[in-house]
Order: sequence, then structure tokens, then C-alpha cells
Amino acid sequence: MMNASIIGLAWRSLLNRKASALLTILAVALSVALFLGVDKARNGARAGFDNTISGTDLIVGAPTGQINLLLYSVFRLGNATAEISWQTYQDITAREDIAWTIPVSLGDSHRGFRVMGTDQTYFERYRYSNDTPLVLTQGERFEDIYEAVIGAGVARELGYKTGSEIVLTHGLGSAGLTDHEDRPFIVTGILEPTGTPVDQTIHIPLEGMTAIHVGWETGTRSPMADTITEDMIRDFDLTPRTITAVFVGLERRGSILSTQRALNTRQGEPLLAIIPGVALGELWQVTGVVERALIAVSIFVIAVGLVSVLTSILTSLNERRREMAILRATGARPGHIFTLMVAEAGLLGLVGSLSGLVLVQLGLALLGPVLSSSYGVQLQGLGLSMIDLWTVLAVTGAALLIGTVPAATALRRSLADGLTVKL
Amino acid sequence: MISDTAAVQIKGLKFAWTEGPALLDIPAFELAAGERLFLRGPSGSGKSTLLGLIAGVLAPQAGGVDVLGHDMASLSGARRDRLRADRLGVIFQMFNLVPYLSVVQNVTLPCRFSQTRRQAISGDPVEEARRLLARLGLNEEKMLQRPVTELSVGQQQRVAVARALIGGPSLVIADEPTSALDADTRDRFIELLNEEAARYGAALLFVSHDATLAGHFDRSVDLGEINRAGAIA
Repeated sequence: MMNASIIGLAWRSLLNRKASALLTILAVALSVALFLGVDKARNGARAGFDNTISGTDLIVGAPTGQINLLLYSVFRLGNATAEISWQTYQDITAREDIAWTIPVSLGDSHRGFRVMGTDQTYFERYRYSNDTPLVLTQGERFEDIYEAVIGAGVARELGYKTGSEIVLTHGLGSAGLTDHEDRPFIVTGILEPTGTPVDQTIHIPLEGMTAIHVGWETGTRSPMADTITEDMIRDFDLTPRTITAVFVGLERRGSILSTQRALNTRQGEPLLAIIPGVALGELWQVTGVVERALIAVSIFVIAVGLVSVLTSILTSLNERRREMAILRATGARPGHIFTLMVAEAGLLGLVGSLSGLVLVQLGLALLGPVLSSSYGVQLQGLGLSMIDLWTVLAVTGAALLIGTVPAATALRRSLADGLTVKL
Repeated sequence: MISDTAAVQIKGLKFAWTEGPALLDIPAFELAAGERLFLRGPSGSGKSTLLGLIAGVLAPQAGGVDVLGHDMASLSGARRDRLRADRLGVIFQMFNLVPYLSVVQNVTLPCRFSQTRRQAISGDPVEEARRLLARLGLNEEKMLQRPVTELSVGQQQRVAVARALIGGPSLVIADEPTSALDADTRDRFIELLNEEAARYGAALLFVSHDATLAGHFDRSVDLGEINRAGAIA
């Protein structure tokens, strides 16, 4: 009762100094928003990446770093430096401990979206986010060599529907000189949104990938290419000579390490087999250093915000000596004065950190869709978490603690001033 | 309330600030219960210090100040605070009001700090505050809604009287409450203060340097006469 009434006084006192209180609350809110924002971005990115691939036991590609292989094969980030031969792919598929394989061939693009050559097993076997299969919302899978199935993000961004014609670009450049305009693809299906890079991908058959590159063996279009007709292409053997990577599902998950070792040490073409979860773990180790630095910086920024709480209350003390004397005269005990000051600091901390929380939630609600459409990674766990709660509690607690500094000053002065303050 | 207990009784009081000569040396002084006393003293004569000692925010170094039957020297700081909260009303020279509270909230302020004061009011403290304000001529609703900093000095001082009297204190201390008022307002203010203090049966210790006000009160005392330290200076 008594304390509630003091907090009421503290609140009115803050309202009386609106401008200064609002600036202080803003400082605390921005610092808390930065901290929570960094934390959310970190956890969101991790959850998003972790959800991108599920059920795939091994990823096999040409020797490179395991993070590199993971990034270009699953997240379409960066480029493959080497490929593996079709024969090697056949050898892998033939192994008895392997249940299924998905071939992946990357390298071309369409208006900034990556093109991936694959086969029907992709639609049957690929899983994301806790064993969720890919589902078509429109149309059907590709059947012919010049057909394509596009991710939900591609469809939304470029406004494509089933039946749309798309011209692929050689490599990753913007549309122009290196277009495969002579051989457009027809969109036959659109996938459900997944919140993974699949949304940003155009899927075509491996044969289609080979077909558009007939006459491009040197990397650019040869003068001979124009003389090759559609019928001639269809008569060619369109089996690819190389692919970029293979997603592998095992018969028994228990054999994952031995199969990985067998592939990594096999005779013939050298290979790199990685376990997606392990590679992700290594990636987080690398990014962890940066994350910790960001967290440390944002904690310092919160400290700055708290210092502004201290400053705003300390600077108000001089003009409030009279007020303290009045409160003392009307019966306030030293404890009341102390509580009043601490409560003001606590209220600034509480309102500030809650505002910061709201700011982050608003920011994520506005920015989330932009991030997910540009990077194909959804920020997950946007809702309130325990971290939010603890942050608000910790900042409020720290503000209360800091409040004891001006509180002690006000207490000392009000005891010395008594009832006689000449202003 | 025991009516024959003196509101204030001083016997052999000595007080000095930490470094300096004795400021107060009062062999004897008494304010009877319900008595309205005028204490005259020029500024610098130690009257504010004396009020601080009576209000219990300062502690005497020697001798006794008894307030409402309590020996202030033997009470702990917390007990002195409680006594002040429960049974004393204080009116300052000016700037009596807390700027961020409304007129009525300023009047009910003592009820925030004292259970006794709140319980002494039979009904709602807010209603009691409005009754007190109305008797002091502050009943215009528009005026009550204004920020206290926009009230005239005379109005502010009357709000302070209402605050000092809410919850029926036994002793009201007024430190130069009229020095910022013009002559007409001042006389009316003192009449109101006297009337209301009498209505509540509260003793009134009215301190001022202006000897012409003495006629309004039961008795008049010159601080210079009772304070031996002051006489030397």
C-alpha cells in the first residue's frame, strides 16, 4: 500500500519531467532493442539454417571445405570450385549402405535466382524442417527436359504462374549477353513456401541443364551453337557429364560415420562427404566469435543506456531539493525518499526495456518478410522468449541498482537540509 | 488526546551546527495544547533551526525538546519521522506544493505517509481535502484542476494550510507563511489559519519576523528573549 503509493509518486514525478524522461526511456529502449535484435537475428538465422535440411545424412561433393560444400549445395551461397563426375555419382548410388541419392547440379541463374538441376528423387526424398516433404501448390513436377518447378519465393517475386516461360542465364550474372534465350523453360509447378533457400530456387531436370549447355562447352556460346536444332539436341545423350553435389540418405543412420569415411577415402576421384549437422556446427563455431563480439557490444550499449538513467535522475536532484523537503515535512521518512528515487530509476528501466522489446517485435514483423525473401532464410522464434523476459528483468534490476546512487544522494541531502531549503 | 500535555515543551535546549558557536540556548519554552502562539524572530536568529528541532528533522545536542509528550532526543530518527507524519502539520514560507501533484493530491499527501492521518478521516481523504479547501475559499472546480504551479501565492499558501490540517494533527508549525502575501491577503490568511487550527483543536506555532502580526494570536514570544545564545549575538 505504502510502496504502491510511492511508485505512484515516482510515476507522476517522471511525467512532470516528460522530455527528459522520454529521452532516457528512448536511450534504454534503443539499447535493449539492439541487444534483443542481435540475439533474435542470431537465433533466427541458426534456426532458419538448421531447418533448411532434414533427413539428408550426407552431402557429397568435390573436395573443398566442409562449410563451403554445405553453403553452396544447400544454401546456394557461393560457388562450387569443382564438380564430380557422373560415373562417380553412379558408384555412390550403387553402394549397398546408401538408400537414396539426390543429384544436384548448380551454376546457372534466372534474374538473380539460382537454377538447380536435379531429378525426381528430389521431390520424393528432400526434407526440411523436421522431416517436412516438398509439396506443390500449383501444377506438377517437371517431366520434359524444358520444364521447371519454381520455389514459392521465385513465383511471388517474379509473378510467375504455371505456363510462364523463363530464359536462364549462364552463370550467375544478370540477364544479358549470356542468356540461354534459344531454349526457354516452361514453369510446370510451384512449390509451397518452405522458409528455406528452396523458395528461391528454380528446379529443372538434369537433362535440361545439359541441353541448354550444348554448344557452351567452352563456357561461352560457340558460333556452332546456332546450327544445332532442337531435334538434334533431343537425339543427343543428355546424361550430364558432371554434377555439383549429391544428397545421400543411408539405409541405416548408424552407419553414417563409416560411410562418410569410406567415401572420403575411396580410390579414384577424390570426394568430400559431410554430415550437414556437423558442418553447420562448424559454421556456428566460426560465426560464434562475431556473435559474441556483437553481444558484448550490445551489452555495453545497454550499460550506456543505464548511465543515461543515472544522469537524468542525478541532474534532476538539485532542482528537487525543495520537493524533498516538502515530502519530508509532510511525513516522508528517509526510506520513502530513497524508495522514490529508486522507483524512478526502476520505472525508467522498466518502461525503457519494455519499449525496446516492442521495438524489436515491430522491427521483426516489418523486416522478417524482407529477410526471408532476399535470403530465403526465415527468422524463426520471432515471438516472445525467455530471453526477452530476462532482459527486461535484468535491465529493470540494474536500473533499480543504479537508482541507489541518486537515492543515497537525495537521502543525505534531505537529512542535512531538513525543512529549510532556501531556493 | 490528553489536553494538558503541552504541545511543545523545551527545557535547557542547546544546539549548534557542527562547526560554530551555539545557535540556540533556550532554558525554557512552552506551547500549550491547542494554544496559538506567535514566535517573533528576525531572519538568522535560529528560528528555522528551532522549527527543525521541534519537527524532529534535527536532533538537539543537549537538553530536551518534548513534542506532544515525546522527548525528541530519546526518539530514534524513524520514531521522530513517524511522530511528524502522524501528528504534525508544516507550512513553509513559499513553494509549499509538490509540482507534479494536483491541488487535491497535494492536500492528501500526508495520508500517503501516515496510516494514522488517513484513519483519522472518517470518509474519503479526497472528499475531506475538498471540504478543507472549500472552507479556505478554494472551491472553484476550474481552479482545483489547474497545475499547482499556476496558482497564486495566496492560493498556494491556503492549499498548504489544508494539507497541514488534513487528518487532524495536534500541532501545526508555520514558518513565515505570510511573508510573500500582500497585507489584505495576509490578514485574511492568518484568520483562516487560526479558525481552522481552532476547529481541529491543533496548537499553532506561527513564526515570523513581522511583529505587527502578533495581535492575531493568543500569545506572543520573542525568540531573542528566550534564546540566550541569540542575546549574545
